[in-house]
Parts: sequence; C-alpha cells; structure tokens
Amino acid sequence: MTYIRPKFRHPELPKNKLGYTISYYEGALSTLCAGCGHDSISAGIVQAAYEMNIEPHKLAKLSGIGCSSKTPAYFLSNSHGFNSVHGRMPSVATGANMANRDLIYFGVSGDGDSASIGMGQFVHVIRRNLNMVYIVMNNGCYGLTKGQDSATADRGSKNKSGNVNLFQSIDLASLAIELGATFVAQSFSGDKTQLVPLIKAAMNHPGFAFINVISPCVTFNNNVGSTKSYDFVREHVEATATIDFVPMMSEIKAEYTEGDSKMVKLHDGTYLKLHKLSQEWDPLNRLSAMNAVHNAREKDEILTGLLYMDPDSGDLHEMIQTSDRPLNTLTEKELCPGPEVLKNINADLR
Amino acid sequence: MSLKENRINDFVVRFANVNGTGSASANYLFCKAIFRMGIPVTPKNIFPSNIQGLPTWYEVRISEKGYLGRREGIDLMVAVNPQSMTADVASVKSGGYFLYDSSKKLQAEYMREDVNYIGIPLMEMCNEAFTDARQRQLFKNIIYVGALAALLNIDFSVFESLLGEQFKGKEKLIAPNIKALQMGVDYVHQNFKYPLNFYVEKRDLIGDKIMIDGNSACGLGAIYAGATVAAWYPITPSTSVVEAFMGYADEYRIDPVTGKRNVAIIQAEDELAAIGMVIGANWNGARSFTATSGPGLSLMNEFLGLAYFAEIPTVLIDVQRSGPSTGMPTRTQQSDVLEAAYASHGDTKHVLLFPSTPKECFEMTSDAFDLAEELQTPVMLMTDLDLGMNDHVSAPFEWNVNKEYKRGKVLSATALDKIEKFGRYLDVDGDGITYRTYPGTHPSKGSFFTRGTSRDEYAVYTESSDAYKRNMDRLMKKWETAKDYVNAPQLYQEKNHSKICLIFFGTSQFSSEEAMDILRSQNIQTDALRLKAFPFNRDVEDFINAHEQIFVIEQNRDAQMRSLIMIELGINADKLFSVLNYDGMPITADQITRQITSHLNLPNN
Ligand SMILES: Cc1ncc(C[n+]2csc(CCOP(=O)(O)OP(=O)(O)O)c2C)c(N)n1
Ligand code: SF4
Ligand SMILES: [Mg+2]
Repeated sequence: MTYIRPKFRHPELPKNKLGYTISYYEGALSTLCAGCGHDSISAGIVQAAYEMNIEPHKLAKLSGIGCSSKTPAYFLSNSHGFNSVHGRMPSVATGANMANRDLIYFGVSGDGDSASIGMGQFVHVIRRNLNMVYIVMNNGCYGLTKGQDSATADRGSKNKSGNVNLFQSIDLASLAIELGATFVAQSFSGDKTQLVPLIKAAMNHPGFAFINVISPCVTFNNNVGSTKSYDFVREHVEATATIDFVPMMSEIKAEYTEGDSKMVKLHDGTYLKLHKLSQEWDPLNRLSAMNAVHNAREKDEILTGLLYMDPDSGDLHEMIQTSDRPLNTLTEKELCPGPEVLKNINADLR
Repeated sequence: MSLKENRINDFVVRFANVNGTGSASANYLFCKAIFRMGIPVTPKNIFPSNIQGLPTWYEVRISEKGYLGRREGIDLMVAVNPQSMTADVASVKSGGYFLYDSSKKLQAEYMREDVNYIGIPLMEMCNEAFTDARQRQLFKNIIYVGALAALLNIDFSVFESLLGEQFKGKEKLIAPNIKALQMGVDYVHQNFKYPLNFYVEKRDLIGDKIMIDGNSACGLGAIYAGATVAAWYPITPSTSVVEAFMGYADEYRIDPVTGKRNVAIIQAEDELAAIGMVIGANWNGARSFTATSGPGLSLMNEFLGLAYFAEIPTVLIDVQRSGPSTGMPTRTQQSDVLEAAYASHGDTKHVLLFPSTPKECFEMTSDAFDLAEELQTPVMLMTDLDLGMNDHVSAPFEWNVNKEYKRGKVLSATALDKIEKFGRYLDVDGDGITYRTYPGTHPSKGSFFTRGTSRDEYAVYTESSDAYKRNMDRLMKKWETAKDYVNAPQLYQEKNHSKICLIFFGTSQFSSEEAMDILRSQNIQTDALRLKAFPFNRDVEDFINAHEQIFVIEQNRDAQMRSLIMIELGINADKLFSVLNYDGMPITADQITRQITSHLNLPNN
C-alpha cells in the first residue's frame, strides 16, 4: 500500500530560491517499519534537495530491490523514479545517464542489493565514474526478506534470532576508495546534521559519489550484540570532520587552511568546509583516506563524514567523449546519415 | 577418370586451412572474384572456437540458379591443412578434385581411387619467390587462388581490380600479390589440363546486389535507426554487430563542430548489465540496443521481464548459435526461438523479428526500434551465426528520404499541460498501448514511478488483485494490437494451389526455396510462407488453416517454431510436420527434400 500524504500544509513554510517549500520535495507516505533508519535518510534527501534548490523533474531516482530500494517512492514525488531489479540499479542508471547527461541521477541501494547480488555492478559503476549519487542504506541484513545476514554484517555480530555471523564483512566504503571512487563518504541515519551536507556535496560532485549510510533495521537487526544497532553505532561512531556545504556566491575568496578547518574548492566554485577532527587525514589523498578508515576499524570505530574526494575527476561522458547535447535530444537530422550516404555504402559492397 | 559433361557455374569449393594463417583474406578474394563475374555465390566460414592453430574451413557454393543455401558434396577441396587431411580427403565427392601442397609427397593413406589429385608445391614455390617469413605464409594462400583462377576459368583482370581496391594507399603490396597469383596460374598452365570439367563463366546475375555479412548490416541499421546508446558484452557470434556499429559510428556520429560523439557505446561487465543499460537508456528516451547470443540471452531474462511488465522499449539482437549451454559456440542454429518468445518468469510474450538477408538485417533492426517504441516492449531480432558472420549476396540497402522514426506515444510538456491527470498505464486509446513521459519533461506533471511490481493505471504500487489483472489483460490487448504492427509474412503464391505447404524463417529461406524447386521437379507442388515476426500476423493463421499438411522447417532439435505455432494458434499437432537440422551447419535443400518426401504418401499425391 502507498498512502497519500495529507495535503494541508502550514502556509508560512519557508520557500527555497525556486519558490518551493520543503513539502514539494516529499514523496508518498512511507510504508517502512516505524523507526527504520531508511526513513531518516529519505528525510535527509528531501532536506538536501530542498536546500540545494533542485528542480525535482531534473533529477531521476533509481533503486534496486529491498526495503531501502523502496524509499525513492517516499521522496521527490515530482521526479521520475525507477525501482529496477535486485542488484542491478547501477546498470539502469548508467544507461539512463548515457541517454541524458543533464539530469541528476540519484541511486539508492541496500547492503544486500549492493554487496551481494549487485557487487559486480557496484564495482563497475565505480570504475566508470558514472556521474551519480549512490547511497547504500546499510543495515547489515536483508530487511525485506526478514533479516538474514548480509555481506556487510560484521564478523561476530549477532542478529535477532541469536545467530552469530561467521564471515568477514565487506566494507563498502574502503572498497569504493580502493576501486578509485571519486567521492566516498560514510554516515549514520541518526545523524542528520552530518548526512544532509554530505548528500548535498554528493549531488554537486561531477562523478561517482558514494555514501555508505549505516541505517539500523529496527525489526531484524537492532538487538544487543548487533554491530548495526542504533546503540552500537552511536557508541562507536567517530567523525572525520564536521562538514558544511558552502554554496557558490558566498564571500569566500580563496582556499585556506586555518587550524582544524579546511576549505575544499569544488569544480563549480562551491566549497566544502571541513572542521577536521583527525589531524593525519587529508580528504584529497586516497592513501590517507584508506589509512584513516583502516585505523578506525582497528579501533572498532565507525569512521563517518567525508572520507575521500577528487573534486576534478572526469566522468564517463568525458572519458568516452559524448557530445554535450543529451543524446536523447538528437533527431533524425543528426543521427541518420541518409540515403545518399547509403548509396556509397552499397557501392563499396559490390 | 572419364570426363563427364561440363558443369558451368554450379559447384562447391571447400578450403581447409589453419586459423590465424591469413587464409581468410585469400579465400575472400576468390569468392569476391566470382561475385564480380556476376555469378551468385555463397561462402560459409566453418571455424573453431579458438584463436590460432586449429582447423578452419571456408566453403563456397557457386550457383547459376541463385541458390544461396549450403549444398552438400564438395567438388573441389583445397587442402592446405595437414591436421584435417583425413577428413578432408573423405569429404570430396566421388569424381571430385583434391588440391594439395605437394612440397611434401602425399601419403598413401590419403589416396582415393575416385578422386583427382592436383599437387602444387605451394611451400617450395613460396620459399623460392619470397624471403620474408610472414610473406611466405601469406602468399602460399594467394598462389592457390591463382591456381584456382586457371582451373576454374576466373577472369584474371577481376583479381587485379579487387587487389587495386583492397590495397588503395598501399600500392606497394599489389605487385607481390599479383606475382603470387600469376605463379599459381602458370603452374597450372604448365602441369595440368585446365579448366576442370566444372568452371565459371561470366554472367549478369548479380545486378545491383551487394555482398556483406548480416552483423554489419545490423550495425548499420542501428546507426540509421538513430540508436545512440549501445551496451554489450562480447560473445561470438554477436560481437561483430557492435563492432560494426562502432566502426560506422566513428564515421557518421562525430559532431562536425565539436568533434564529440553522438553515441555512447559501453562494453558492460556482463550481459545483465548490458541489458540493464539498454533499459535505462530507453526509459530515458534514447534509442538503445544490445547484441548477444544464447548464453547472454539466458542471463538477460530477468531484465526482459521487467521491460515487458514496466513497458520499456528494448532492442536486442540475438545472433543465435548452437546450444544448449556453451554448445557449439561457432556453429549456427535457430534454437533460441522459444526462450526468446517467452523470456523471463511469469506470463510474458515478446515480439520477435526474423531476418533472412543482410538487407533485412538492416531494415528489421530499424523496424525493431520503431516497434519497441510504438509497443513499449522488448523486441528481439532473431538472426543467427550463418546470417551474421557469413557474407551473403543481398539486395542493396534502401532508406527512404522521408522516413521518420516512430517514437510511439510520448507526451511532451505541452501535451501534459492539456491533460487533467496523467496516467502512465491508462489505456486512453483502447489499443492497450499507454502514454509515457521521459524524465525531465515537465516540472510538476508527468512524473511516475517505474517498477516491476504491480501498480494501478497511475503507476501507484498496489497489491489489488483487480488492478493486477486489469493490467495483465491490457498487456494481452497490446499483444493483439502488436499483430497488426509487426512485419507480415512473405507468401510465395497469390492463391494457394496445394494441400501441402512449407513454413520457414530466417536462414532456412534459401534452402527451403531450393527444396521447393526440387520438389516441383518431382511433380510435388507446395505452397510456402516465410515467417518474419512473432506474434504471428493474422495472415499466418489463415495460411495454416488453408492447408492439410504443413511442414515447418527449422534449425533446431526440438521443433521450437512448430511448438510456438501450436501454442499460439492452437493448430492440431497432426497437421504439423517437422523438418529439422541441428548439426550446427546451415540446413541444405537435400535435407529438406529428403525429410519432406519421407512424410508424403507419394503415389496418392
Ligand atoms: C533476483 C532476486 N533474488 C532475491 C530477491 C528477494 N529479495 C528481495 S529484497 C532482498 C534483500 C534486500 O536486502 P537489502 O538490499 O540489504 O535491503 P534492505 O531490505 O535490507 O533495505 C532479497 C534477497 C529478489 N527480489 N530478486
Ligand atoms: S524490515 Fe528493517 S529495513 Fe525493512 S522497513 Fe523494517 S526496519 Fe526497515
Ligand atoms: Mg539491508
């Protein structure tokens, strides 16, 4: 069932630059379990899109299958959505992006959807640096099929039925960095102040932007002994930096580093302002990011925040040199060589 | 051997080579020369799933009557591969010829009483005339082509012009090639009686026809049809479809001003991703396709179900090969028919097109895009290895200046403004085909959620049995509509004149037509129909109902098209007889006639 949200809204809700209130960015009423981390992430997406002044119809939201993959129905109802098949959202997003480079592509997946059935596509979409946001709502289990362990469940973590996971977990964030993803962040569904600027920065990134969001499953994996429960995550979270997304046109003149603060200039003139909490870590250096993630894991910490970014990476379109005009706007005139050319082709085949 | 009467323009030559030795271009030169002499010719590559060192064959049938199917019985074997010599000697027709490299003496075990031997010391001659090792290997092939020119009366000037075209810009290479050819000619002139009792004679039977492989024609068709996104995963025999598309794109899809490309071609990580990309691109309003073969089609099943149910145009070119599993990956078959027709779980049916010539590969690729967008569903072009990878004599490609792409029911922003409420799956026109919108069209109207789960007319998720059933029934209505959209079959007669008929499709066409002639010469009249599409157009049903004994000719073991006809048209099994070939080689007219006559109660007929 999908419930339609009641239409009545407070008349004095603030409007963004496009004149839209935040409600314009909402979707259908969620049917997920009350308290599910995924709903908080949806709310973060709504907030980020509103604050970023996104035209909803200029964004396409795509997902695979799972509780997490249902969420695109619960945000941005004025955007086209595509709930594809289990683990294959990256390929659909790739095709869609090739067809029209002018939209923002917003992908949502789960840990089962990305780290198991969809691992192949996850890895390859990173390789291609497809210009998209890719959020994994990571709860360490298969919510929709009732709580089986997923490949991101930590070794030794206990699920609701009391089973202890025997297998090494797959850490999607370090994998993404290792594979050369050009924007990698990690966050927690319970930390909206951190999540919203990360989503904004991800939408602004002109390449593959990955955010692994720990998102507890209250129904199947929020028990004592689970390393993906609200309590466990709250206790073990360690942030790289607090982060602000500073839009263009702000008064900032130049890149500077002042104390623990670092300004990262983005490709379009916007800035990311990071109040660093860890001294050794440099978000523009892949090795240092890898180290930071590994060190945190050694200490049983979950490192959140922006982990790594390459602000000037060239996306897939740039690599394969597709024309600036979206391919889906080309017509017979540009695409069909016509009968005269065909005459020559025929002649060459005689 | 006594000289029988001469046969002109009617024989089969087979070349036995080792792959990777440069024989392909020499053999092609031979075939193209005959084509240039105005004589119908049909070459078949028989090659292993291997890159270097294993036996390959190239079989050329020359047929004044224009029979382009394969024919059994080899009149002349050019055997330059010691590995396959035993089989090669055995495959020559009694009274036929065996040309071999006599640099080494032919062993006694290869001697047959009823075969004529033509020994030419190819290696010796080459070693004497050329110093470079690679040249020695390559020109061995050219020498035997020269020998064939003399033995079969091929016009030498044709070779000169062909080499001139081939080495345009590299003129230095022409002279040594001519020299090698001439060496072959001279050797025959000095040592053998020539021409043989079968040979070629110039004709004017080719007209404006062209010679090309089906895969290149598909690639070109996709260019003409305006495909902008191609996603694929390499697999024989479909690889050259995308390679051709790439080649043509390099020529015709570079923006003259910016130098950028009006095309995106993605080599995907597997076939699942390839079809996913195609679906994503089509969903977003670009024409997009993939090309694959059996194993890839199997992997694409889940996504094809999504495209069917969510109603997303999808174009898939299936170049069929011998299955099941990896089967005989470099041999032909028409054995994906049932899998394609009902691909994916649940109730699904897919539109299939069956080209049988390069011209049809070109046209039907373009049709596939129109149909996929008009019907908002997957359309699969069912070609095969024989058509895709072998050169075929074909009518030339045609493209009407006024031809417009049929993009189907897509709403623009202005159209959306005029509607009260947009329903993605609302059957406004009553033909089962609903209206769609591309993402990014309108700020507040026309957005919808695409999904493989059940939904109502407004694309809202629902588990209501009624809504689900309404949707499934509408999809069935759309299927009925499709019958009027797809290509009509080819009927071989204006009025039926027999109780017996033949039904065939794709590459079985050539041998079936030849078989009809053979049967006619035995006083057996048959009507015939060539299928071009599934769902079966209404003409197919009428045709079948008008006959008592129906022979369905196809290249697979399980009589898949016959099953499809039974399932879809409810035809009684007793009426439908199977004519099959599934050994991986293209079907022959002899196989067809033999199987048909075995079913006919001849004296009473
Ligand atoms: C091909 C296929 N296999 C299995 C399923 C069943 N299935 C649905 S969701 C799911 C797991 C989802 O887990 P995850 O991606 O972590 O999402 P969550 O529900 O935890 O948010 C599975 C196995 C399916 N839909 N398709
Ligand atoms: S089962 Fe878990 S993941 Fe799914 S909606 Fe409920 S809480 Fe969320
Ligand atoms: Mg999960």
